[in-house]
Amino acid sequence: MTSLPETTEKKLGLVIDLDTCVGCHACVISCKGWNTENYGAPLADVDAYGKNPEGTFLNRVHSYEVTPKQGTPQVVHFPKSCLHCEDAPCVTVCPTGASYKRSEDGIVLVNESDCIGCGLCAWACPYGAREMDAVEKVMKKCTLCVDRIYNENLEPEDQIPSCVRTCPAGARHFGDFNDPKSHVSQLVSDRGGIDLMPEQKTKPVNKYLPPRQKDTLDEIDILAPLLKPVAEEPNTFIGWINKQLDKI
Amino acid sequence: MHPSPSVIIFTSLSGLGFGLLVFLGLQMPDVMGFFSFIFFTIGFGLAVGGLLASTFHLGRPERSLKAFKQWRSSWLSREAISAVFTLSVMAVYAVGRIFFDYDIRVLGIVGSIMSLLTVFTTSMIYAQLKSIPRWNTNLTPAYFLSLSLAGGALLAGQVKFCFFLLIISGFVQLLVWVKGDKALALSGTTIGSGTGLGVIGQVRAFEPPHTGTNYLLKEFVHIVGRKHSAKLRIISLILMIGTPILLLSLSFSHLLAALAVISHISGLFISRWLFFAEAEHVVGLYYGKR
Repeated sequence: MTSLPETTEKKLGLVIDLDTCVGCHACVISCKGWNTENYGAPLADVDAYGKNPEGTFLNRVHSYEVTPKQGTPQVVHFPKSCLHCEDAPCVTVCPTGASYKRSEDGIVLVNESDCIGCGLCAWACPYGAREMDAVEKVMKKCTLCVDRIYNENLEPEDQIPSCVRTCPAGARHFGDFNDPKSHVSQLVSDRGGIDLMPEQKTKPVNKYLPPRQKDTLDEIDILAPLLKPVAEEPNTFIGWINKQLDKI
Repeated sequence: MHPSPSVIIFTSLSGLGFGLLVFLGLQMPDVMGFFSFIFFTIGFGLAVGGLLASTFHLGRPERSLKAFKQWRSSWLSREAISAVFTLSVMAVYAVGRIFFDYDIRVLGIVGSIMSLLTVFTTSMIYAQLKSIPRWNTNLTPAYFLSLSLAGGALLAGQVKFCFFLLIISGFVQLLVWVKGDKALALSGTTIGSGTGLGVIGQVRAFEPPHTGTNYLLKEFVHIVGRKHSAKLRIISLILMIGTPILLLSLSFSHLLAALAVISHISGLFISRWLFFAEAEHVVGLYYGKR
């Protein structure tokens, strides 16, 4: 049934730290790799080595420039994937029941063998988290690496989503938001984690930690005014040649 | 939104077809036998043709029967069920009128109401989407229903109803455009709320996540076609509303009526093209586009 569960036992999701993300796109690549080689239809590329390559990705990193009223602009790297919303509009619009939200852990998934590829779930998602695969013609989305997080064949440290495991900066965190003591809940309360597009009333599970306020430097170096200026005119032989050449 | 031909044809033709069935179910025109056959053929042809066109929009049309399952939550599923139910009821009603000269009154009335309901479910597929502020309004069902009824009245040859309904749909169409142009701004969704960075300052898309295009940009970000929207709006209004009113008020002849129908359908296609092409999906904001 594509009705949403009233509550979920666990509320698994990600915290993405915009202060820490360096925009390396490693999460994008590891996501593409894992989800092409494992569960579900592979994430296809079209014209991969040609003039206009494009492909299906479940996670993409945008970069934004923010200009505050005072101070200098800053660039913020912004990874975006499915937010596994509590009121997921992509689930209720699905005519076949292929799109569903699990009551045990809140993960939003697509049953690919039931998907008719109508695209309405992607229309309903304000975040652009769903992409229709150009080859399989079914809707693809982040599974929160459901085939990793419960996979006991993997080492314990690998039983987290691929993007989180890969992030070299530690900008991505995975956990249960229903547990107030969890790492992710703590991060959200300590750092003021926010929802994307709260006015769309989707109640996203994934939270974003805004960049910390930049400190300001009043004086670069208090000793600087006391230092002798560097000689502007070089006194060397090369300097002499330079002068002579200028005269010609 | 990408104005894909399959959805434009689907919504326009099935709207006209079900609009005609509304009138046929109410004995307008009150004809039996062969003439009734012609009217029902046009009605069914448009409605079924439109519905078939919609399956071209599917990635996996061979699985389309699965779409009848989720009527509890999904407007698309409700539409599928409603359309099939309506066509079945109307088919029995049509057989009665065409072959037996018999009017099964209750089926006609039920079919009529269900035809209208089917158009309503179609409109709700679009009106339910918060992610597309221009569509997320009561005006969307009003737009679909008024045009379906006006077109139906025109095809059914109900001139008096047609005048009245065309004027109403022209008015609704104008409202759709005027209000629609402000919808995205009023929705409160911006690049600032989308990234959560708006609290810090002015946000600008600095670098897209990929050098090429992708499904999202192709499906949801359609900017090129909006260039001529003002001209197309005027052309659409003239063809869809103005010309049919003028032609019908001259004097009644089959030639004038046929011209009125052709003009109306051409205008309707332009209006529906604009409905999709002008709709801004908020995901475009992430790409610094609208």
